[in-house]
Amino acid sequence: MGQVLVVTSGKGGVGKTTSAAALGAALAESGQNVVIIDFDVGLRNLDLVMGAERRVVFDLINVIQGQAKLPQALIRDKRQERLYLLPASQTRDKDALTERGVARVIDDLRATFDWVICDSPAGIERGAILAMQHADIAAIVTNPEISSVRDSDRIIGLLDAKTEKAKKGQQVVKHLLVARYDESRASSGDMLQIEDIVEILSIPLLGIIPESEQVLRASNLGSPITICNPESAPGRAYFSAAKRLNGEVIPITIPRERNRLFGRLLGGRAA
Amino acid sequence: MNIFRLLRRRHTAQVAHDRLRILLAHERSRTANTDLVAILRSEVLAAVAKYIPVAIDQVDVNMDRSETLSTLQIDIHIPV
Ligand SMILES: Nc1ncnc2c1ncn2[C@@H]1O[C@H](COP(=O)(O)OP(=O)(O)O)[C@@H](O)[C@H]1O
Ligand SMILES: [Mg+2]
Repeated sequence: MGQVLVVTSGKGGVGKTTSAAALGAALAESGQNVVIIDFDVGLRNLDLVMGAERRVVFDLINVIQGQAKLPQALIRDKRQERLYLLPASQTRDKDALTERGVARVIDDLRATFDWVICDSPAGIERGAILAMQHADIAAIVTNPEISSVRDSDRIIGLLDAKTEKAKKGQQVVKHLLVARYDESRASSGDMLQIEDIVEILSIPLLGIIPESEQVLRASNLGSPITICNPESAPGRAYFSAAKRLNGEVIPITIPRERNRLFGRLLGGRAA
Repeated sequence: MNIFRLLRRRHTAQVAHDRLRILLAHERSRTANTDLVAILRSEVLAAVAKYIPVAIDQVDVNMDRSETLSTLQIDIHIPV
């Protein structure tokens, strides 16, 4: 039985889709079978981030409405054979995403994949609730910025109240994934400190993903950063986060971009 | 170093530009959007189903879009 991981945040633009793709690819690289579901109906973009936009034929809603079988809608990654994508629909009819339909799809995927990753839409409405509904684990993507932390707090409340786990009196395992962390701004004192965010939200840290131009390059190319540039600072940060998801206990570091020449001479700090 | 960075950056930006051009050309035109694929898919299936019993999981539908050519490939496994 695979585990269901929801990548969520409340706020938009914080790095959910980037993280879902990067973590999914990193978990697949470690030998596990992974499927990432795009729950952002109407505004899908996981297909773009994963470079599969030209290959979408069926989507999640087609499967739910019975126009396609699940295997027909899964798109296998061209670079990583253990990685699959289930795209969102472009249709504006969000109501087509039914609770029962989603439950069935996740049950089926859970039976064949080690990880089912749900890329949540922004907001705290129906779409976000559906995405978190069956989660065993949640990665709450938060930027070091006041409104993002507040929205994450609301999402944590929803994870504790609205999920299947919550309804059974259990808990979704919650992890904080700080993304778009800018070290230069941190040292200038104008950015919320990691410790402060952890203290306010009081959930354990899964990783710190530095702000990096490499993420933009990867998305231009349509490749998760962990495939496109695994040695980059965000690449290494996502790889260690993936290891923690697998239960490994490793210290949290903030990976830095390795300077090609000097980094190596100095023994290039690893994450 | 900086010059290389600039060149490299322009390079992925160019890839992004090309990907977007292809994608948006398809998404903007009513006739070429995924609805057309959906219509073709179901009408082709209906036509075949008139003569041969086929289950939808016996059908492979693949698509690839490029700038000048899109392919819709439908493989129907006909029971013997
Ligand atoms: N670590 C990062 N460094 C730089 N840019 C990032 C990083 N993470 C995400 N981004 C950029 O931020 C934007 C929003 O990211 P996205 O993953 O789409 O967020 P969400 O899914 O939460 O809306 C995108 O342009 C993405 O490339
Ligand atoms: Mg997103």
